[in-house]
Amino acid sequence: MPGTLRVVVDRSRCTGIGICESVQPLRYEVGDDGTLAVLDDVVPEEDRATAEEAIFGCPASALSLIREGD
Amino acid sequence: MGGLVIVGAALAGLRAVEAARRAGYEGPITLLGAEKHVPYDRPPLSKAYLTDGAPVDYYREERAIREGLDVDLRLGVTAEGLDTTVKTVRTDAGEVPYDRLIIATGAFPRVLPGIPDLDGIVTLRTADDAELLRSRIAEGAHVVVLGAGFVGSEIASSARHLGAHVTIAEAAEAPLVRALGPVVGAALAQLHPRNGTRLLLATRITEYLGTDRIQSVRLSTGETVAADLVVIGIGAAPATAWLAGSGVELHPDDGGVVCDEQLRTSAPDVFAAGDVVHWPNAALGRTMRLENWTNAADQGARAGVNAAVPARAQAHTTVPYFWSDWYGKRIQFVGTAEAEAVEFVSGGPKDDRFVALFRSGDHLVGAATLDEPRRIMKLRRLIADGASYTAGVDFVTAAAAV
Repeated sequence: MPGTLRVVVDRSRCTGIGICESVQPLRYEVGDDGTLAVLDDVVPEEDRATAEEAIFGCPASALSLIREGD
Repeated sequence: MGGLVIVGAALAGLRAVEAARRAGYEGPITLLGAEKHVPYDRPPLSKAYLTDGAPVDYYREERAIREGLDVDLRLGVTAEGLDTTVKTVRTDAGEVPYDRLIIATGAFPRVLPGIPDLDGIVTLRTADDAELLRSRIAEGAHVVVLGAGFVGSEIASSARHLGAHVTIAEAAEAPLVRALGPVVGAALAQLHPRNGTRLLLATRITEYLGTDRIQSVRLSTGETVAADLVVIGIGAAPATAWLAGSGVELHPDDGGVVCDEQLRTSAPDVFAAGDVVHWPNAALGRTMRLENWTNAADQGARAGVNAAVPARAQAHTTVPYFWSDWYGKRIQFVGTAEAEAVEFVSGGPKDDRFVALFRSGDHLVGAATLDEPRRIMKLRRLIADGASYTAGVDFVTAAAAV
């Protein structure tokens, strides 16, 4: 059985530009100091395409998708 | 048997390739780039590349483009003409046939007539430009920036960070009017003097002095300012000279490519994406041309799908978004500054943080923020949803009360 899909943030790359929040406002929120909060890192299969749109759209290439257990 | 050909190997061109493949297009793709570099991220060139010695940030390795995306990548190849009847791009390395074409040649820095050919007078667009700029900005250097737009302002900020003496000469009474409107433009311009950059508005350079190298400039005020480096930052123009006589309709104002909602040009099977495009944006009900990262990325992806997989073609609609970093502060803008009124709803024009909202009729059409990154995307969503101006004000003031 495949493990859970999760998004991970590379903190060394993220600068809080917020395009991910624009695509998935329930998953991401940039804070007052520009730090990105991931409100929910679990990606259900039905949400995968939108999650990938946010990841793909990151100007800093700071987001990626991992499958737990990989 | 030309498949999909994309002219322009920067962000929009690369996103077109990626989106075409993601949409399931399996035919041939040829990507032509005038620069010798594989696609790279331009925004850092005026910022971290100058200040932190950061390397050029390539989006993908060359092999990932050639093999991973199965692309015939041709770098250092300049498009010189387009024949839309026989569907061929003419380049300095021969002819390239296409079935479908995407024009993504971007923009090039504007210059003024009469600027002499002196060492130390530069523009910034490419990685090679940035390399030259980086080698010349140093502690104690005298840097003069012509133009207080985003690129000029970011370079000024980076040069101050490196300890240079910086003067900005801006011809207009207020900078950034087209992008931000006069009120917000004037507020942000004050970041320059607050951080040790001399900002001269309504001022032109009348003379460039020096024999082989630039040494100083004379200003329209009569003053002479020492200059080891002069950066021309007066905006960019669509790189479309190669389309002359092709039948692709160009905009009379600036030579940009005129497109429909789905980014189709006036020529059959020819699309366009990125800085070159004028298109009717249904999200704001107006025709626009945008020069920013977000638009190049999104429009590139949309044009890639529309050109490669016509059954999945859609209109490109977006609430524009751009950001800029000056003196360690983040400026963000969503929507349009073409509005009837603008108001500082949180903070004021002299504060370190603010939110300014733009109103057109009863609608919220734009928002500008300084160091308010938590709010900007929520405002972008309100604009996309067609929210009233009052709803925008309520959102900002409610958030302020928390």
